[in-house]
Amino acid sequence: MSFALDIVTIAAVSAGAFFFLAGTVGLLRFPDTLTRLHALTKADNLGLGLMVLGLLPRTESLRDGIKLICVWVIVLLAGATVSQLIAYAARREGSRQ
Amino acid sequence: MSAAMVFGLCAAVAVGLGLYGVITNPQPLRKILAFNLLGSGVFLLFGVIARRGAAAGFGGDPIPQALVITGIVVAFSATALAIALLLRLFQATGSATLRADAPPGAGSDPSRP
Amino acid sequence: MTFASMSFALALEIVLAAVVLTGAVWTVASRETLPAVAGFVAYGLLLSLVWVRLGAPDVALTEAAIGSGLTGALLVGAAARLRSGEEQIVMERPGMVLRVLATMLSTTVAAALAASVLLLPDPAPTLAPAAAENAVATSLGNPVTNVLMAFRAMDTMLEKIVLLLALIGVWSLTPDRFWGGRPGPRHHADPQGVLAFVARVLPPVGIIVGIYILWTSADHPGGAFQGGTILAAMWLLVMMAGLADTPPVSERRPRLLLLAGPMVFLIVGLGGLAFGDAFLAYPMAYAKLLILTIEFAMILTIAVTLGLLVAGPPERECGS
Repeated sequence: MSFALDIVTIAAVSAGAFFFLAGTVGLLRFPDTLTRLHALTKADNLGLGLMVLGLLPRTESLRDGIKLICVWVIVLLAGATVSQLIAYAARREGSRQ
Repeated sequence: MSAAMVFGLCAAVAVGLGLYGVITNPQPLRKILAFNLLGSGVFLLFGVIARRGAAAGFGGDPIPQALVITGIVVAFSATALAIALLLRLFQATGSATLRADAPPGAGSDPSRP
Repeated sequence: MTFASMSFALALEIVLAAVVLTGAVWTVASRETLPAVAGFVAYGLLLSLVWVRLGAPDVALTEAAIGSGLTGALLVGAAARLRSGEEQIVMERPGMVLRVLATMLSTTVAAALAASVLLLPDPAPTLAPAAAENAVATSLGNPVTNVLMAFRAMDTMLEKIVLLLALIGVWSLTPDRFWGGRPGPRHHADPQGVLAFVARVLPPVGIIVGIYILWTSADHPGGAFQGGTILAAMWLLVMMAGLADTPPVSERRPRLLLLAGPMVFLIVGLGGLAFGDAFLAYPMAYAKLLILTIEFAMILTIAVTLGLLVAGPPERECGS
């Protein structure tokens, strides 16, 4: 049982790391602000979610697991807010030029 | 070479970089930034000393850790005061430069204190 | 732990140190200011990971919250305001002589520190056994809280006063015509927009998290400073979304909150002088209760002080 959980952890955390990597490549390679934001938020939210999923089997109590999920939800909220604000600012900047 | 040594060398380089930044960057904001870098390197050195003092079942010596927490808060308040001074200088003279003979910039407001 | 896993962890730590130093180099070497500030915030967050690896989770929390969180907010605001003056100063790039001298000085200092790190005495002197022995005096489980609130309580009290002095320093920079007014510009965010939404949803959660971090600092990593920073951040979020205005500096209630922490600390300290052995001595039966009282007063003061420090000196008159 614990071996299967270890496999889940390794697979999920690796997949999460891959999504982080994809998001960073998108940040570096995409042409403008809006596409970069798209790459970052999609990849990082999914990446963090997979990592949290992978770390859940390692927690010692239900409370720690719920705390991890709360961390993910708050990061989702913060990421969504900040990317919308940056997108509005980028659009204002773009229309001003 | 243990983990504490690695981070100790990292701290030494951070202090060097911060010192270089404080001396060479002409903008006061960049100087404040580099000063914070310097301070964080010093705190990291404290952390290395604390880690090496792990004993009695603790992961690290708690006294240097408490000193660093105090230090981080005081460094923040010093940064806040420095930024307030810088913004006031910018507001009064129109340019955020430390040169004494700089001409007043476009947005300066020297008549109104 | 086998040799293979030992050096794997060490390899990861070397990679972490390398990434941290990349952030540091970026901060110093970047041409423009906003990327340098972004690099500094990233450096600070990575530094929190380093603190966790050094076995200091309380310091990691403080570094993430105050060192890169609040300092980052302060620096981004300043960088945005100073943007118009930037081109003028870039003209003042230092000459080659100054750069060479600075490089020599920094390299010497860094080399001296590196040498002293490599030559540290082994076994390392430590106060951990003394801290562990005296922990019975307060029956707290977190040794760092013990040190901050009991063994070195004087330092913590003076630190609160330093925060107040910094705030007085910031307020003293007010232009005469705005004396006693409101700090910062009046923020207006679209009431239907995303910032106002987050400023309504996040603060209740943030307040709970902040108070929880204070409450749990008795036995687990946490503390009044970290919790107070989160409360200050929630307050700043509400102000930046325009849902509440910054309080006028001359108003009584913020000033009372600012004084609450140091006053309670001082009263407990003088009580220790009157009824106990020395200034800030806690009688063993009431130690935990007294410490909790001080910490709850402290977290309010810290939240208000840090929020007002980030808000800056008054820029508007009272009535606006």
